[in-house]
Amino acid sequence: MDIIVCIKRVPQTAEAEVRIDSTGKDIEKDRLTFDTNESDTYALEEAVLMKEKFGGNITVISLGEKDTEDTLRIALAKGADNAIRIKAEDFDHLDAYQTSQILQTVIKNLNYDIIFTGCISTDDAYSQIGVTLAELLEIPHATLVINFDVNENRADVQRELEGGLIEHLDISLPALFTIQTGINEPRYASLIAIRRAAKKEIQVIGKEELQQNEFISNSILEELFVPPISKRVEIITGTAGETAGKLAGIFKEKGLI
Amino acid sequence: MSEIFVLIEHRQEEIRDISFELLACGRKLAEKNNSKLTAVVLGYNTKKIVEKIKEQAHRILIFDNEIFKKFNAETYQLVLSDLIQKENPFIFLIGHTAFGMDLCPALATQLKIPFTTDCLDIEIEGNNVKVIRQMFDGKLDAKVSLRENSSYILTVRSGSFPAKESNLEAEISNLDSPISKSPDYRKFIEYIEAVAGDVDITKSDVVIGIGRGIKEQDNLAMIEDFADSIGGVVACSRPIVDADWLPKDRQVGSSGKVIKPKLYIAIGISGAFQHVAGMKNAETIVAINKDANAPIFHEADYGIVDDLFKVIPVLKEKILEMK
Repeated sequence: MDIIVCIKRVPQTAEAEVRIDSTGKDIEKDRLTFDTNESDTYALEEAVLMKEKFGGNITVISLGEKDTEDTLRIALAKGADNAIRIKAEDFDHLDAYQTSQILQTVIKNLNYDIIFTGCISTDDAYSQIGVTLAELLEIPHATLVINFDVNENRADVQRELEGGLIEHLDISLPALFTIQTGINEPRYASLIAIRRAAKKEIQVIGKEELQQNEFISNSILEELFVPPISKRVEIITGTAGETAGKLAGIFKEKGLI
Repeated sequence: MSEIFVLIEHRQEEIRDISFELLACGRKLAEKNNSKLTAVVLGYNTKKIVEKIKEQAHRILIFDNEIFKKFNAETYQLVLSDLIQKENPFIFLIGHTAFGMDLCPALATQLKIPFTTDCLDIEIEGNNVKVIRQMFDGKLDAKVSLRENSSYILTVRSGSFPAKESNLEAEISNLDSPISKSPDYRKFIEYIEAVAGDVDITKSDVVIGIGRGIKEQDNLAMIEDFADSIGGVVACSRPIVDADWLPKDRQVGSSGKVIKPKLYIAIGISGAFQHVAGMKNAETIVAINKDANAPIFHEADYGIVDDLFKVIPVLKEKILEMK
């Protein structure tokens, strides 16, 4: 079984302070750490589980700058066989639609039964690339997958809907699936595997090597801004002892304790 | 004509809240644009659904066929691509839901129509469309302008446009489906309902929500202890369930439970919109987080910006003293 996994290197902003940079269109990145996008790590793990079950080959692809090769090497250490980096530095300001088209020009020449992507990136949060890529490749898709198996060239898929409801589907392969977090337990790469992966070659593809080099954009980011506060929060200040005391007082006053 | 179109979302015979929000959003845009609002319904035995929205749009287009009983992105795409090519709506609105996320990018890409997802607000200037959406774990908003075109498809975040009463009298048309069966490449098997656990977090007056900020599974004991002191139950945001520290039925959010307790205390939760969708209607919301910019503070009535490991043990003691 040939599996392609699309991954993205993203700034880890969930628990970090995020500041807008001087262009007003991006964030200050120097103080942030970067890692594989969260749902992409689950997508990669699902590929490795499928390879362990059915055999086959995993190719990881990322459109990113040079340091994305570190992210791809971690994927190689976790069980991917080949890695491809498409040089983001050859383009400026790609939107999700352009990224999908660029991925498609590379992926259409590869063999695959399954393509996995994460269901959302934590930085741009569009949830577009997987489904757009499937449409460009003219293959079926399913999003938000939380359970996955394969029986004779068809995928047995469970999708996560709202309110804890699950949709159970049967989809013919080849197909693309966007993976939701929690579907599996992503493994850590062992030190030995990381050392081995450091020596593996990463295929690097530049803009001029693509069969197409004009990619239409759907949207342009005009500006970033701090969200307006819709509800006025009362911030309780002081030492931990003081804030806890004041808060307990509020609970008492409101009859909550 | 440059009309605004809205796709009505329903599941298991029930129209979903997002549909009324999309209709309110669509009416607002149509008014601004001096045009009309059309609601599109794909379903089976759609009478009940149409009855509920007939005062909410100028026109309702219905595809009533057994093949549309369950949502299927591929089936919907075949029908809607045909409809959009015939009707050329200016903006086609779809919910940014599990349903819309599965449909919109493929539909728009097939038709080569500019689209974007997860919109919180939409501005129209002439033929130009700009949207507001969130980035970087919900910490920043972005203004995004779309490539100029005569047609656009947008998905709208739940809760962004409150549902509103309306007294329009929709002109209702039943249309023939361009397809007579669902494609073989995607077959619906069943819906699987969530399994109920030992604690029903929707029944408790006090809910303590924990997130990534608790860092390790071992720290759960401290939270359980605190919850006992205030008589609450422990719930959580998605990362805690993903890590298997708590079962799925404790998850608060759009893909988990929607709760309305008297008091919700969010501890170490950043406040992703999926989580907020599950707790924003709590009567009193308290957030404790060391990141002053965490989006959870936009939802809270009271906030403490500090290390939860310092605050919680003291808060427990103070509560026990005051009880």
